Amino acid sequence: MQYDSSGRLRHFLTIEGLERETLVHILDTAETFISFGEREIKKVPILRGKTVVNLFFENSTRTRTTFEIAAKRLSADVINLNPTRLSTSKGESVLDTVRNLEAMHTDLFVVRDAHSGAAYLIAQHVPSHVAIINAGDGRHAHPTQAMLDVFTIRQHKHEFKNLRVAIVGDILHSRVARSQIHALNILGTPEVRVVAPKTLLPTEVERLGVHPYTDMRRGLKDVDVVIMLRLQLERMQGTLIASEQEYFNLYGLTEDKLAQAKPDVLVMHPGPINRGLEIASDVADGPHSVILDQVTNGIAVRMSIMAMVMGGQAGRKKA
Amino acid sequence: MGLVITNGRVIDPANDVDGVNTLYINDGFIAGVGDPPTDFETEREIDASGLIVCPGLIDIRARLREPGQEYKATLDSELSAAIAGGITTLCIPPDTDPVIDNPAMAQMIRQRAWQIGKSFIHPLGALTQGLKGESLTNMHALGGAGCVGVSNALAPVKDTVVMRRAMQYACTFDLTVFLNSQDPWLRGNGVVHEGEISTRLGLPAIPEAAETVGVARDLALIETTYARCHFNGLSTARAVDMLAHAKSVGLPVSADVTAHHLHLTEHDIGFFNTLCHVSPPLRGQRDRDRLRSALKEGVISAICSDHQPHEPDAKLTPFSESEPGISGLETLLPLTLKLVDDGLLDMPEAISLLTANPARILGIDSGHLGVGATADICIFDWDEHWVLDRNKMVSRGKNNPFQNWEFRGRVTHTLVGGEPAYGRPG
Repeated sequence: MQYDSSGRLRHFLTIEGLERETLVHILDTAETFISFGEREIKKVPILRGKTVVNLFFENSTRTRTTFEIAAKRLSADVINLNPTRLSTSKGESVLDTVRNLEAMHTDLFVVRDAHSGAAYLIAQHVPSHVAIINAGDGRHAHPTQAMLDVFTIRQHKHEFKNLRVAIVGDILHSRVARSQIHALNILGTPEVRVVAPKTLLPTEVERLGVHPYTDMRRGLKDVDVVIMLRLQLERMQGTLIASEQEYFNLYGLTEDKLAQAKPDVLVMHPGPINRGLEIASDVADGPHSVILDQVTNGIAVRMSIMAMVMGGQAGRKKA
Repeated sequence: MGLVITNGRVIDPANDVDGVNTLYINDGFIAGVGDPPTDFETEREIDASGLIVCPGLIDIRARLREPGQEYKATLDSELSAAIAGGITTLCIPPDTDPVIDNPAMAQMIRQRAWQIGKSFIHPLGALTQGLKGESLTNMHALGGAGCVGVSNALAPVKDTVVMRRAMQYACTFDLTVFLNSQDPWLRGNGVVHEGEISTRLGLPAIPEAAETVGVARDLALIETTYARCHFNGLSTARAVDMLAHAKSVGLPVSADVTAHHLHLTEHDIGFFNTLCHVSPPLRGQRDRDRLRSALKEGVISAICSDHQPHEPDAKLTPFSESEPGISGLETLLPLTLKLVDDGLLDMPEAISLLTANPARILGIDSGHLGVGATADICIFDWDEHWVLDRNKMVSRGKNNPFQNWEFRGRVTHTLVGGEPAYGRPG
């Protein structure tokens, strides 16, 4: 689905099922884009004359902005849309919206939706010259976020083959965690851990290729990277955690808990952070934190992915 | 008028008949099997050489969408699909719009079906007013209007006192209660089985425990009321085991399974295939295997289509927003015959799961070919291999996940009340 018949990446919907070579290529290309942000002229003409629509059925400022900047640095024309849609068959459906925009000769859709599988659905119904990038679908996947996270890890740790990574927080509802797990596994990370109370761990999570921990201190023991997830309070429904206070005591990242990890541990967070809920301020702003690097890298990584799905000859899947 | 069906292998499990035989039909009824009745005049003949002749199939649960959702399908369109699938009798749940919670609705639907003149419809009446789970319906009147049982369909009866009294009241009039036992809280807004697939795809999940708790609660109430109850569409191995135990201690219970739960598992959802969005959800391999063995053991005694035709848009949405259900009338027999081909069942066993057994569950005089019975007959070619193209199904709903499956056995003729209602073109 994501690769065309000649093995070229044509949509970017989920990390699951992608080749290691594809991921490495995205990271390598992003590396070359990193310096662009510091130049006087920040643009390259790779997507000149192309129309990119940021189609965000679910609100987001940060992700949409980085996609917009990425597309503009590639010289594309960018349109941002925030359509509200009805959840029944009455009214305009997701596909109606996409078909209308497609009729206006859009080349690339960056899609975010509150429902798992939305980007897949759209990719199945667009003509072959239109590309789809998933900017987050429900609890399923957020593959560009995962790519910028592994990019940031590689920047600091250089390779994955000796790393121990812990992902902490609301794994159950997190599309970011799912995509990170796939990316880390495909890139050969020997040990990926997830840390959360049992209410926030999905059933059979081990089958994604992770080791679950409910005790954060044990989960952080000797890890090289800690990825904190945002606790989405609106999803908590009152029975998933007992209180914010107890959650912070047990699963909030503090200097004290971080001391269990390796001395050169990286602290990451996809943002926006809830200070004092999942992470203490001194850790978020501390020497191990690479949270702002993640934001900067997001632009280069998204440029790389956009360039790839828009028909660069790169990213060819090995036969 | 006299119709004779010759040279077919007649399989009539209710009467323990299996062999090449001749059926004589007069004025819509079976007039003789083997020997012609006296004064029989053959006016028409169907040569069933090489074909299997069995009672018309009885589908214990099918939604035909009329009244209320005619944009999905109509009685006319779905009754045509039923006869194309060899189904001559259908039982419909009361969750039409308006709900079948009064005798007039039940009579209206039966009358509409009668006018259309294809398969027979037996409605279930609502267990509670408006299916709200609060107050009881006039069950005696519903029974009088032709309802063969009562059910709250997919709407939960959360209050256990209401459920207990509904069972007692139904029992008073000897009405079977048809149950969709699921704990509404554990079910929540789930759309797939809680397991590997829900975790991988990030879809809201329904744990096995939703069915375990629902069935356990209802069995406890059956123990105290001794109401005759039928469990609709069990999906888990755990529930099957509980039912087997209940039967072994003599509780008046029965159960069916949908044809799709016998063949598909959660893994068939792949990447968000909304055609596999059904309720209860497709479960794991172990559950599917247990549902199959339960058929063999007689713990589950009927297979149904759980037919739910949809307009295309209902499935062209993200998975959790899509509407559950399969348009299954035309794959009920093929999927059941697949169990014969797989060696799980022999042919008479398979046919009784679609004829004599559902007739017993519904308490209707149908599903057999004894002399004097209404001549509802299904004839199929067991040697025909064919591939399903869902877009060519007769049903208005094309939402069927068995696209391109190869099947063995296909309906050639369907007779309703002795009249040929369907003959396969070509």
